[in-house]
Amino acid sequence: MRPGKMIREVLRSFWKKPATVLYPREKLDMADKYRGKLKFYPEKCIGCKLCMRDCPTGAITIVKTEDNRFEAHIDLGKCIYCGQCVDSCMKKALEITGDVELAQLDESKLKVVFRGEPKKTDKENP
Amino acid sequence: MTNALFSIIIFPGFFFLSILALFAEFFDRKLYARLQNRVGPPWFQPFADFIKLIAKEDIIPCDSSPRMFQLAPVFALCAAVTTFLYIPLWRRDTNFSFNGDIIVILYFLTIPTLAFFIGGWYSTSLYARIGSVRCLTQLFAYEIPLFMGILSAALLANTWSLSGMMVFYSRHPLLWLCNLLGFAVSLVSLLGKLEKVPFDIPEAETEVVAGAFTEYSGRLFALLRLTLDVETVTGAALLAAVFLPFGLTLNAPLAFVIFLLKVLSIIAVLSLCRTVVARLRMDQMIDFCWKYLVPLGILQLLINLFLKMGLSI
Amino acid sequence: MHDLDKSKFKIPIGPQHPALKEPESFSVALKGEKILGVDIRLGYNHRGIEKACEDRSYVQDVYLIERVCGICSHSHSTCFVQAVEEIAALEVPMRALYIRTLIGELERIHSHLLWLGVAGHEIGFDTLLMYTWRDREIVMDILALLTGNRVNYGINTIGGVRRDIDDKAIKKILAAMNTLEDRTKYYIGIALEETTIIKRLSGVGVLSHEDALRLDAVGPTARASRVARDVRHDDPYAAYSELTVNVITDNHCDVYGRTLVRVKELMESYRIIRQCLEKLPAGPITVKAPRKIQAGESTSRYEAPRGEDLHYVKANGTEKPERVKIRAPTLANVQAVKHMLKDRYLADMPIVIAAIDPCFSCTDRLVSINNLDDKKREVITWEKLRDYSISWYRERGIDPSILNKKS
Repeated sequence: MRPGKMIREVLRSFWKKPATVLYPREKLDMADKYRGKLKFYPEKCIGCKLCMRDCPTGAITIVKTEDNRFEAHIDLGKCIYCGQCVDSCMKKALEITGDVELAQLDESKLKVVFRGEPKKTDKENP
Repeated sequence: MTNALFSIIIFPGFFFLSILALFAEFFDRKLYARLQNRVGPPWFQPFADFIKLIAKEDIIPCDSSPRMFQLAPVFALCAAVTTFLYIPLWRRDTNFSFNGDIIVILYFLTIPTLAFFIGGWYSTSLYARIGSVRCLTQLFAYEIPLFMGILSAALLANTWSLSGMMVFYSRHPLLWLCNLLGFAVSLVSLLGKLEKVPFDIPEAETEVVAGAFTEYSGRLFALLRLTLDVETVTGAALLAAVFLPFGLTLNAPLAFVIFLLKVLSIIAVLSLCRTVVARLRMDQMIDFCWKYLVPLGILQLLINLFLKMGLSI
Repeated sequence: MHDLDKSKFKIPIGPQHPALKEPESFSVALKGEKILGVDIRLGYNHRGIEKACEDRSYVQDVYLIERVCGICSHSHSTCFVQAVEEIAALEVPMRALYIRTLIGELERIHSHLLWLGVAGHEIGFDTLLMYTWRDREIVMDILALLTGNRVNYGINTIGGVRRDIDDKAIKKILAAMNTLEDRTKYYIGIALEETTIIKRLSGVGVLSHEDALRLDAVGPTARASRVARDVRHDDPYAAYSELTVNVITDNHCDVYGRTLVRVKELMESYRIIRQCLEKLPAGPITVKAPRKIQAGESTSRYEAPRGEDLHYVKANGTEKPERVKIRAPTLANVQAVKHMLKDRYLADMPIVIAAIDPCFSCTDRLVSINNLDDKKREVITWEKLRDYSISWYRERGIDPSILNKKS
C-alpha cells in the first residue's frame, strides 16, 4: 500500500505537451468520413421522396419546381446527421460532407436550400 | 504612524498580500493543470474571477440570519490578513513583533475556520450545515499536529517570539535541519487547514455541493475565496519562516526573492500532494491524524527536548 | 419540501447535484454523518421514447432508439435491431455481425474508461479523471473513423450494418489496442496499490452474493459479488458464439470489487477485439429488409457495459411497430442502492451511486404500478395521464386550457 503512487507519472506529465487542442486556433484533424452537412445534387433527383419518408426527424423536404426539377429544403437544426437519406436514395443524389462547423446565431440561416440551375429556355438559344 | 499605516495597508499589508495571494492561486492552479497534462488558466484568471464576483449580486437566503451571514467572511478575511502582519518575511523581524506572537499567530489562524462554521451554520441550508459541522470536526484533527510542529521549533529556540526564533536560527545555522520531521508534520496538517485534497472534506463538491460556502454568492463569495488564498500564503509564509530560516541576513531585495521562492515552493509541494491522492472520509482522516501525525509530532518534540538539554543552549 | 423533525435530517441528493451526472432523486435521512435510510424517486429523464417509437417506421426507430442513451447507444440500437430481425426471420451476414461485435466492444471500452474517470472524480481524485478521459479520446477517434460520429454511431440498420471497415482502419485499431493495454495495466496497478483509493472503495457498498441474487443485480455490480451472469456467455448473440468470452467475477462484493471487474473487463475487451479482427470473414455487410415487418413479437438481450439490456418488440404487419419496451440495466441495479447504503456514511453516497454506473437516461421508461392494497396492477393510459396533469395544474391555479388554443 503506497499513498501517492501516481507521483512518477504525474511528474512526467509536467514535461509533456498538454493534451489539449487550442480549438479554434488549431483545427482538429477529423476523420475523413465524419458525418456532417448534407449535399444535394438536384440534377440526379427524380422526386421519389424516399429520403423524406425515411428521415427520422423530417428535416429534408423535396419540392418540385418545374417538370423533373426538384430542389431540397434541409433544416440543419432538425437534421441529426444520421445519413439515412443518403442510404435510401436510389439515385445517389445526396451525399454527406465532413463540414461540421455549422453553428449560427440566426435560426433562419439553418434552413438551406439546394436548387439547381434554371433550365435554358428556347428564347435564349435561337 | 504613517509608516505603520503604510505597512498595514499597502506593503507588506493588505494590497501586497492580496496580489501575492491571487498570484499564488494562479501558480497552484497552473501547476495542478500541468501535472494533469492540461493547459491551465492564464496568469490573470484569479484577478478576473475576483473582479467578476465583486460585480455580482449577493443573494442572502431569507431563512438565514443576514448579519451573521454577511459578517462571517469579513471576520475571516481580517483575521487572515492580520496574521500576515506578524510573520517576518525577508528580515528577522517585522514592524509589529512582540514576545509571544507565535501563539497569537496560531490563534489567529483558527479564526477563519470558526468564521466559516458560523457563516455556514447561519445559512440554514442543509448542505451548509453539514459542511460547517465538518469544518469544526476537521479542526480537532489537524490542529494539534500543526501546533506541535511549530511549537517544537520554538522549543528548540527557547523563545515564544517568532523574531526571536529567527535570530536564534541565524546564530546557529544548521540547527533548522533538526526540525525537518516537524516540517513534514506541519505540511500535512496545513493541507487540513487549507481544506485541500486529501483533507477537503468540508467542501467536498460531490457530497455537499460546496459545504459551508454553498449559499454564498457575489461579493461575499469573493471575500471568502480571497480568504482562502490569503490563508494559503499566510500558512506557507509561516512554515517558511519557522522551518526554513536561512538567507535572512542578506540585503533586502535578495532576501525578498528568496522569501518568494520559499513560499512558492511550499505551495508547489501542497499542489503536488493535491494531485496524487484521493479525498479521505472524515473518520479515516481523524484516524490518520491521531494515529500517525500526532505521534510524529510528539517524537519531534522529544527530539528537540533532548537536543536542547544535550547542547545546553 | 423536507421536514426537519427531531430525529431525522433529510438531505436531497438530486435531482440536481454535483455527484449525479443525470437527474434522479435520492432523499437521504441523516444523523450526523450516518445514513439512516434512502428514498429513491425515478422519472426525471422520461422522454416518452417508447410511445414515440409507435409513430415512426422501423427504419426511423433505429435512430430514435440509439438516442436513449449517449454512452450505451450501440447497445440499445443493436438490441432493437436484433429483435426486429428475429421477427422478420432475416439471415444477417457474418461480416455484419462481426462488425457489430467490434463496435460493441469498442463502446464497452469507452464506457468503462469513462466510468473510471467518474469514479475518480466522485472520490476527489481528479487526476484519474483527466488521465482516463484523455485515453478515452483514442477510442473516440477510432469510433469516429469507423462510423462517422463519436457517439450515436448509427452503424446498425435492419439487416446488417451500414459501413464497412478497411485494412487501414484495422491497423489503426490494433495500434490503439496496444497503447490502451499499456495504459490500462498502469490503471490496474494504481487501483491495486494506491492507499487512498483502497481506503475509500473497500468495504463500501457491500452487496453479498445472496443479496445480489435476491435483488436481481446485473452487470459488473453482480459480477463483483461472484454472480457469474454475462449475456455474452449465457446467451450468445451477434458474433459471440464464435468468440471465447471469459466472464470476470470478483470476490470483494463491494465498490472495490466493481472497480476491479471493470478494469479487468477492459483487458478482456482488448483481447476480444483482437480475436474479432483476426476472424473477420469476407462477405456482404447487409441483407435487404422489407419495410413491412410481419406480425410477431420477440425479446432480445444484450450485454451493455452496465449489464443486461432487454428489448421487446411487437410487430403487426405494418411499417410501424405496435409496442416497444426497453428495460435498461440500471433499473435492475438501482434497487440495490437502498440496500447498499444502510449504516454507511454520507461520504460514501456518491461513490456507491456511481459504482452501479447509473445511466438514468436509459432507466426512465414506462413502468406499471402494483397497488399493494388490492393487488391490482395498473398502467396509466394516455387519457388518464392527460386528465391527471390538467387537474394538477388546476389545483395550483394555472388554467391549462390556453394550450388548446391553436395559434
